[in-house]
Amino acid sequence: MIKVTIDNIEVEVEPGTTILNAARQIGGEVVPPAMCYYSKLPGTGGKCRTCLVEVAAGSTADPRPMPKLVASCSTNVMDGMIVKNKTSEKVHENRGGVVEFLLANHPLDCPVCDQAGECHLQDLSYEHGAQKSRFEEEKRTFDPIDIGHTIKLHMNRCILCYRCVHVANNLTENRVHGVLNRGEHAEISTYIENAIENDFSGNMIDVCPVGALTDKTFRFKSRVWFLKPMEAECSCTKCSGKAVLWMFGNEVYRVTARKDTYGEVEDIEGKPGWICNECRFEKKDTAKWNVTGPRVVDRHSVISQGKYETKIDSPTKNIE
Amino acid sequence: MESFTNRKKVVSDKPMTFIEKLYLPSIFSGMMITMKHILTRKKTIKYPEEIRVFAPVYRGQHVLKRDEEGRENCTACGLCAVACPAEAITMVADERKRGEENLYREEKYASTYEINMLRCIFCGLCEEACPKEAIFLTDRIVPTEFERANFIYGKDKLVESMEDRIDISLRQNTGKRGAI
Repeated sequence: MIKVTIDNIEVEVEPGTTILNAARQIGGEVVPPAMCYYSKLPGTGGKCRTCLVEVAAGSTADPRPMPKLVASCSTNVMDGMIVKNKTSEKVHENRGGVVEFLLANHPLDCPVCDQAGECHLQDLSYEHGAQKSRFEEEKRTFDPIDIGHTIKLHMNRCILCYRCVHVANNLTENRVHGVLNRGEHAEISTYIENAIENDFSGNMIDVCPVGALTDKTFRFKSRVWFLKPMEAECSCTKCSGKAVLWMFGNEVYRVTARKDTYGEVEDIEGKPGWICNECRFEKKDTAKWNVTGPRVVDRHSVISQGKYETKIDSPTKNIE
Repeated sequence: MESFTNRKKVVSDKPMTFIEKLYLPSIFSGMMITMKHILTRKKTIKYPEEIRVFAPVYRGQHVLKRDEEGRENCTACGLCAVACPAEAITMVADERKRGEENLYREEKYASTYEINMLRCIFCGLCEEACPKEAIFLTDRIVPTEFERANFIYGKDKLVESMEDRIDISLRQNTGKRGAI
């Protein structure tokens, strides 16, 4: 075990842990935001630069500070490393710059976008972004594309985090989509508008940190803050069958995987709880699910508008 | 016991004096107050003939604005409904079809938009929440109705017509939001 100090909080972690994961072991405000890194998908990270942190001392053996900010998702910790995230002025300033770059080509169509309310880019720019855009040039635009009959791709909103490509790499055998072209012209695409038809392709909607990949069956149906997330399970042969139903009254508007505080799918029985397309797109009926209770939503999230803050414990729980 | 307020008065039941029994000084001072009010300017107006001037930023009946080309500004983002403390606003969104570009400004629009005027408290938070400058409160009064159901205003009553546009420039220029 090696010791590392992040924002004056000391934590002991396994050798080979990244700074980001060490911070996640502490939890709370010291965790740097991450747009592209997804712990459940090997190979992700190092692209968006939002998780940059300052390393004030490299290790006990070599206590010199690192000359530049480092990407915490792809830098391993060393014994005696001192990391500054929230306490560093430089990090805050740089993150503002990164957000400005991410928003350079982003259409800022949050009132139209279905991701609004649970969008990581929205949270990030709310915290770090400027009030006004300095970008005067014309933004690049694409027409929305249907990827199969259940997924809609808005390439305008994409920040090229490559998470969806890694979903295809890790969860399926034949990858049919990827990133075409380079630099300014890079875009997520299928091979000659092929439909993506495999049982777990819907998970790329869940991993997308912005509204580039959205559920076509939920498209413009409602806004997330009007819906009530409920934990539910069903017996499914393909996946774990544990999901979140987004309900309005008794109607199921959409089904997603269960996500943790970092927007990643929760582990269910030691495995990432990806859900299959049948559960996601076809079981929009409470009769097909066993609803176990309300989903706990962060108090600061807009989704918690007009909902209970925590699960109501059984009144007999504290009597013993 | 110590008094809790300084307004406490000790009531006495001592018999009235001769002057008090005459009641005339009291009647006279009462009449003086009445005469004074007869001579001062009236506070009321004769309403239908005479209409009181509203403050330029009076918060009355809502309007859903159109832009210069006559397209509806509202994209049914739901921010007005979530900001509404009285939960008076409901809406259903729909996707703009090809050929409807002259009707709606964005690719999404509100197919139904309803405000329950009995619930509405005219606080103006919907107007403040709106990112598209679509909803504004105007200086019009919501008229009386005989049926409760008539107070649920749909798009037919809320969306302005291009022939009879409603001026909201005074409310717009309060400089409260920085347009992106």
